[in-house]
Order: sequence, then structure tokens, then C-alpha cells
Amino acid sequence: MDKFRMIFQFLQSNQESFMTGICGIMALASAQMYSAFDFNCPCLPHYNLAYGLGILLVPPFILFLLGFVLNNNVSMLAEEWRRPQGHRGKDPAVLRYMFCSMAQRAMIAPAVWISVTLLDGKCITCAFCTSVPVETLGNASHPSLSQGEMKRILARIPCKEIYNGQELIANEVAVRYLRCISQALGWCFVLLMTTLAFLVRSLRPCFTQAAFLKSRYWSHYIDIERKLFDETCAEHARSFAKVCIQQFFEGMSTDLVATHCHLPRKATADAGEAAEKLLGITDRGTMNTALKSWHRCKPPLQLHPPALPSSNGWAGEGQPPTHPPAPRRETAAYYSRV
Amino acid sequence: MDRFRMIFQYFQSNSESVMNGICGLLALASVKMYTCFEFSCPCLPQYNTVYGLGIMFIPPVALFLCGLILNRQSLVMLEEWRRPQGRRKKDLAVIRYMCSSILQRAMVAPVVWIIVTLLDGKCLICAFSSSVDPEKFAGFANTSPVQVQQLLAKVPCKDDELMRNNTSRKAVSRYLRCWSQALGWSILLILIIAAFLARWLRPCFNQATLLQARHWSNYIDIEQKIFEETCCEHSRLFAHKCILYFFQSMRREIKLHSFNLTREGEGVEGEEDLLRGITDQDQVNKLLKMWYYEKPPLNVSQATQR
Repeated sequence: MDKFRMIFQFLQSNQESFMTGICGIMALASAQMYSAFDFNCPCLPHYNLAYGLGILLVPPFILFLLGFVLNNNVSMLAEEWRRPQGHRGKDPAVLRYMFCSMAQRAMIAPAVWISVTLLDGKCITCAFCTSVPVETLGNASHPSLSQGEMKRILARIPCKEIYNGQELIANEVAVRYLRCISQALGWCFVLLMTTLAFLVRSLRPCFTQAAFLKSRYWSHYIDIERKLFDETCAEHARSFAKVCIQQFFEGMSTDLVATHCHLPRKATADAGEAAEKLLGITDRGTMNTALKSWHRCKPPLQLHPPALPSSNGWAGEGQPPTHPPAPRRETAAYYSRV
Repeated sequence: MDRFRMIFQYFQSNSESVMNGICGLLALASVKMYTCFEFSCPCLPQYNTVYGLGIMFIPPVALFLCGLILNRQSLVMLEEWRRPQGRRKKDLAVIRYMCSSILQRAMVAPVVWIIVTLLDGKCLICAFSSSVDPEKFAGFANTSPVQVQQLLAKVPCKDDELMRNNTSRKAVSRYLRCWSQALGWSILLILIIAAFLARWLRPCFNQATLLQARHWSNYIDIEQKIFEETCCEHSRLFAHKCILYFFQSMRREIKLHSFNLTREGEGVEGEEDLLRGITDQDQVNKLLKMWYYEKPPLNVSQATQR
């Protein structure tokens, strides 16, 4: 149980780890989906190719997009890309890093599907059974069949129970041939993917590691900042609701007969504590302005000492920006592809 | 047990997670229901289509309604939509946001049912076996139209004596299943592309309004919960006081006969504060009516200045 709890907490610790977990689950789900799916080759001349290639390529595309859809960072990336500049500069290197890291994770489940499909062999057998070389494997000198008739017979290769071309080419021979090609393709694909992953991992530190570290830091920062903002807003909404309801009850009781209008001591203490948490935002208009400014004009990445008056972007939109966001300016060329 | 508790706590952590959890459970329930359901095509000319299409579309409607019922936010949204304006303005953007989020979550289980049905193929084979062109299949090409209809209607029933070893039956079945699976995958592809585009393009339009709508919809939810908790607390104290007064009046009567002074009076004061001056049925009724007809304005600056 402890081990499970540790793994769970690790995966929850930040969005990247969480996405790694989701990515693993999707890879397993992809393999499971393939084995649960009832492959059903139509065994008709033109349908075979469409069906076989469709099953090989459409589900991976769906899984790839699903990897993006499930990733909360997508809306974060789009937001960071589209937001007005305001007091905080935008860094394209950070956006590139976020996009590449999402794309890498999203590619794992499709790669698993394609590998499993090719290694199993049913798709390629179905799609390319009409292109089997009858001259080399079978009996091309069989009593003349028109092209169309031959294609129709060959199209039935995957469906053993209705195959009627045993004299033309033996069913087992054709199936073995096609499956061999399919598995060879499958293993080559697996090798290619692992080689690419290895190269990407091992060559990255050779190119601008410093720029990579900066991008990674700031992308984590944006993620954490957004989470904290959401939590602060939720906390604020809770305190706002508490005080609003307190006021409502007090308003009701002051409307009634004089004997009932003692101010509850405990409620004042509660109201005081909740009022502090309100951070000075006490009505709908101010809250709306705060939320709008958070989007339009994010504060600069420069923390001021607490003695100074608040220099958050939204509190005084008339103030000139104090310092340009120096830590995020990069002039080093950045060649890393991740 | 621990593992289950942790997963449960994660999903309980905020109301969006709760709703996502319910949505996922309904989707799993939908798949399980389909696998447990014993599909049994009637294999009769007119009944096939009705049965097949019925199984494909009626359970999703039921699942959609279940999704709406189980979602607490739908009641909150309806209440916000229908309440009188009073001193708090209504924001249509918030109501639209809540409505779209409820509908999206409710649509997951029906879509899962339809896609699983299509990928399995039985429904479409049953519904459309009589609509296939008999010329394409050798076994059905040279029979009279009436007989062809009867035979085609029996295609979904593998164990029928006429159809048991008929290769043309298998060909028709295979052909229809191929179309069914292609349709299923296409629908899934279109939905995923739509979801992907929605995720990417949403921050490009009105992000500030979206942040506001999301915040206030969350606020309305929290406020409703806190109001219910406060009312519960109030009614508990009310009942407690009621019973205390009852016992006190009983005791007073006994005191007349026995001069025993009791000291409970002091403990009562703290709780009187929590009753906030609302101490009889009419006052409670008036309070509840006011809460509905005239919600307080969203302005607590007086409370914070005390």
C-alpha cells in the first residue's frame, strides 16, 4: 500500500509526471483495445485494402489526438501562446518545449498500436492479399482466369472458410508469406522508434543544455502558477460565500424584532478571518476586473519586497512597467529538438 | 481498501473531479451493460430494423438522462436560471458555461454505447441485412424477391437451419460488419478531432470571459453548499434549543415543588449567538423565502470593514 501511495503521489506531483502516468495507461489500453477488437476482414477486392489500412492507421491517429486532448497542458499552451503580452514577455522556447514534450508523450500509444498490429499480421494480410506474387508462390499457369476473377479469389485468402483458390495458391503459403512481411515490418518499426528515442535522449545534452534547463523550469513554473491561481480563486470564492451568507443572516436578523439583534461574537471572528482571506476583493465588479487582468496582463516575473505597495499588474493598470522580465530573455541559439 | 480510499479522496477533492469520476463510471457501466446484454435479433423482415436501431439508440437516451440526473450541477444551473433577479444580476455567460459543461459530461456514456455497438457490429447486421443488394452475393442472386427478403432477414441468426453453413450468409455478415466498424471508427475520429480543436481553439476566443464564467460557476456551487451547511447547523441548534426549553419548562414545574437550582442557563448563551436571532418557525420560513426571492448582492464590503 505504501508503495502504491508513493507512486500515486509521485505521479500527482506535477503535470508532467501525471501525463507520464496517463501515457502509460493509454499504451496499455491501446494493446488491450487491439486484442478486444474483433478484426473482420471483408474479403472483397477493393474493401480489403481500405479496411486493412484503415485499421492500421485510423486508431493510432485517434490515440494521438486523445493524448493531446487528455493533457491539461494543451489549454495552458494555447493560453500562453495567445495571451496579450502585457507586463510579461513571451518566450517561444518555452512554448516549443511544452509542445514537444506533449507530442512525445502522445506518440507512445499510437506507436504501441502500430507495432502490435504489424506483429500480429492480420491487417497486412487483409490489406495486401490481392497483391501476393502468384507466379512465385503459386500456380500462375492455372486455367486462365480474368484479372477481376483472380482478384476476387485472392481477396478471400484471409477468410479460410470461404477460400476457394487452393489450386491457384495454397492458403497457408499466402498467409505465411504475408505474415512474415508484416512481422518484419513490425520489428523494423519497433527498432526505428527505439533508435529515435535513444538518439533524442542522448544527443540533447550535447546541444544548448542551458537553454533546455531554462525552458523546462519556466514551463513548470507556468503550470504551477496556473494551479496556484485556480486554488487561490477557489479559496477566495469560499471565503466570499461565507461572508456573503453571514451578512445575509445578519441582515435578516436586524430586520426582525429588536430583542433578536445581538451580534454573534463567534460570527464576527469568523467574518474577520474570512475577510482577510478576501484579499481586498469584496464585490463582483472588482473580481471580474481581477480575472480579466489576469488574462490580459499577467504580472511581471519579478517579486517585490512586501513593504512596497502592491505592484501586481491588475491593481494599477496606469503604472508603467517597472523592469523588463530579464531572466526570460534568451539570445543563445537553441537547436534542441525537444 | 486503502487504495480505494485514496482514489476516492482524489476524486472528491473538488466538484469537477467528482463529476469527472461519475462520468467515467457511467462510461464503464455502459460498456459493461453492452457486454452483459444478450442481443437477440428477431430474424423477421420488418422487426429486424426496428430492433436493431432501437437497441442502438434507446439505451443512449437513457444513459444521457442518467448523466444529467446524477450531475448535481444541473440542479444548481436550473436554479440559477429560474431564480428571480432580486438584488443580484444574472450572468448569462455563467449559465451557458455551466450548461455546456453539464451536456459535455452527460454525452460521454451514450457516445461510448453507440461506438461500442458499431464496433461490435451485431446491431447493424440485424438492422440492415434485409437492405443489402442480393446481386452482390452468389447465394442470394437467383431467388425470388420475397424469398430473398426472408433469407436476408435470417442472416443475423447463425443457428437457423437454413443459414447454418451458408457461405453467402457469412459474406453478407462480414460485409455489413465491415461497414459498421468503419462507421464506428469514423465517428470516433470525428469526435476526437472536434474535442482536440475545441481544446486548442478555446483560449483564442474570449479567454477572459471564460475565466470569469468558470470562477462564478464555481462560486455558485460553493455558495449553495455553504448555505446548506449553515442551514443544517442552524436547524440543529434550533431543535436543540427547542428541546432544551421544553425540558426547562418541565424542570420549572418540578422546581416549584422542590427548590433545586440548576446551572444550565450559562451554557446556552454561546449557542444563542449561532442562532443569529432566528428563533421561531415564521422567522425561519421568512428567511428561506428571502433566500430564494431576493438573493443578497455580491458585495460584502460592509462585513469586512467591521
